[in-house]
Amino acid sequence: MNFVESLRIALKALGANKVRSALTMLGVIIGVAAVILLVAIGTGVQQEITGSIEGLGSNLLFAFPGNFRGGPGGGGSGGGPGVAIRKQFTLDDAQLVQRRLGSEAIVVPVVQAAGVLKAGNRTVRSTIAAANEQGDEVFNATYVYGRHYNRSEYATGARVLMLGATPARELFPGQNPVGRDVTVNGERFVVIGVLSERGGSLSGDQDNQVYMPATTAQRLLGTRAISSIIAKANDADRIDLVKARIEQTLRPRFEDEFTVFTQEQTLGILSSLLGTLTVMLAGIAGISLLVGGIGIMNIMLVSVSERTREIGIRKAVGARTHDIMSQFVIEAVALSVVGGMVGVGLGWAGSAVLARWVPTQVTWWAVALAFFFSAAVGVFFGVYPAWKASRLDPIVALRYE
Amino acid sequence: MENDTTRPGEDGASAGPCRADVVLEAKGVTKTYELDGVEVRALCGVDLQVCGGEMLAIMGPSGSGKSTLMHIVGLLDRPTEGTVTIDGVDVSRMEPNELAAVRNKRIGFVFQSFNLLARTTATANVELPLVYAGVPAAERARRAREALERVGLGERLLHMPNQLSGGQQQRVAIARALVTEPSIVLADEPTGNLDSRSGIEVMAFLQQLNREEGVTIVIVTHDANVARHAQRVVEIKDGRIVNDFRVEDRIDAEAELAALEGASAASGPQGGEGR
Repeated sequence: MNFVESLRIALKALGANKVRSALTMLGVIIGVAAVILLVAIGTGVQQEITGSIEGLGSNLLFAFPGNFRGGPGGGGSGGGPGVAIRKQFTLDDAQLVQRRLGSEAIVVPVVQAAGVLKAGNRTVRSTIAAANEQGDEVFNATYVYGRHYNRSEYATGARVLMLGATPARELFPGQNPVGRDVTVNGERFVVIGVLSERGGSLSGDQDNQVYMPATTAQRLLGTRAISSIIAKANDADRIDLVKARIEQTLRPRFEDEFTVFTQEQTLGILSSLLGTLTVMLAGIAGISLLVGGIGIMNIMLVSVSERTREIGIRKAVGARTHDIMSQFVIEAVALSVVGGMVGVGLGWAGSAVLARWVPTQVTWWAVALAFFFSAAVGVFFGVYPAWKASRLDPIVALRYE
Repeated sequence: MENDTTRPGEDGASAGPCRADVVLEAKGVTKTYELDGVEVRALCGVDLQVCGGEMLAIMGPSGSGKSTLMHIVGLLDRPTEGTVTIDGVDVSRMEPNELAAVRNKRIGFVFQSFNLLARTTATANVELPLVYAGVPAAERARRAREALERVGLGERLLHMPNQLSGGQQQRVAIARALVTEPSIVLADEPTGNLDSRSGIEVMAFLQQLNREEGVTIVIVTHDANVARHAQRVVEIKDGRIVNDFRVEDRIDAEAELAALEGASAASGPQGGEGR
């Protein structure tokens, strides 16, 4: 008997037990789809975040108050959002850094806070991102309407703002908001510009932001502090030098209580963090794939004992050991391969659908891994029951009730 | 039951009852089972010869070892001691796969419980031995159809077993046993699960096969009435052959059927003759 015959017999047997075959496959389908989907989400988020950091512009350095040095590279106990901040930066610090760097870099103080925007009877929750008149240089913004705030507006703390695409759409649907009034946390502002849509997200919606001079934001929030200092080096080869200069400048006042990351470092940290997350997601999904495989083994074992008589009949009319073996192995492999293919399709489709809410990126390695793992699971968990079936004595098999 | 020889050998031939070729021969076959540490002897040194073209019945009460003997000569089971020869070839020490090939080519089985594959068409069931013989699909289909036509099921080629009556299922099983043109057909209580009418039909068919086509047939039964359809009866009891005789008043199943036709209206089908 050749392979084609074995295949035909196996497929017929699967067809004869459609519900059971489908349920068995479901285990594999869910496993494979889960692996692909979760890895796609992990990879998608990773690409999105690294992409949006790169999208900020190149040659950037970020200075944050607080000592993160335990964090980068190793994930020490001091790192991460839990880091203690004893002393905040102020605009003077940013100015000092700018002065020391001169034409080496553009230095921008950043103030970030939550804000509630109102125009007429419409309300939007948004994020205030405030910088100085050179904020454009680091944020890479482009405008649909209007302009950036200028130096004098920054100096005087003028009540002007630029709307991101989301608040512009929510507050002024189908209108040009430039020149209109918006209240932010109860204070009145004039809209001077609208940014074009960026899409995607960096820890949320990059479009759901309003931009204003840092001085204005400080007054609005009643603070003298700024959140961070961003510097853009003019020369990519001199980033390390710029970093050293910034550290030199800040050290007298902050000692070790600040951290300067280069964009490359930030990307590296985030990538490794998100990579770990992706692997973890894949591991969780892998468990479900394993469970699916055990489901196949279970079904094959049941199938062998349920069909012991059939095995006896086949042996009585001349089936050899390997005929029975190949029949059952092919059944198991067919289950897992078909299940794997459906799972790949489902995972792919699921990622496409999910892409409306979460960035997803189907990776070929996840597809290949999931598919081959499911095939391997089929062979592995199919061989034992098949071997058991093929070794049955014909008379024992025939007498089986 | 007038002839009472404990050992075959009275028919003139030197070693056995056969005038012509010996299709199947068992010599000194012993079968011992171990049941919960207790040794059970199912067969104690059985010698048996089946001649080419004969219709033989192995008869005995349940537990006599008749089924065990059939399983051993049918190569479904191995003897503890002794040898089995089929068409002159000693098969006692063959590998499982070699035995499978011998079963496939030389032996056809008919079982009490039919043993057809469920959810599989009559044709596919009959094709099964040919599949394992490596016969190409087109030829398989043709031979299966011919075999089913021979047993009068030419109209039911694509029926599933559960769409067929017991008698029809047994005829499918007979077609399956015949399709490889084996040297011998072994039938284990072939009428056991059938009502009496279907049972007679099956016996008529086996007799016709034997008479018209010269197929060698061995029937295993506990029923003396069934055994009387054969030419020769071997009686077995407690694992030994106790009697081996020619049937004088052989029953012709065709005549039985004709008689039944005559008196049909009165009596409906009774429960089967089997257990």
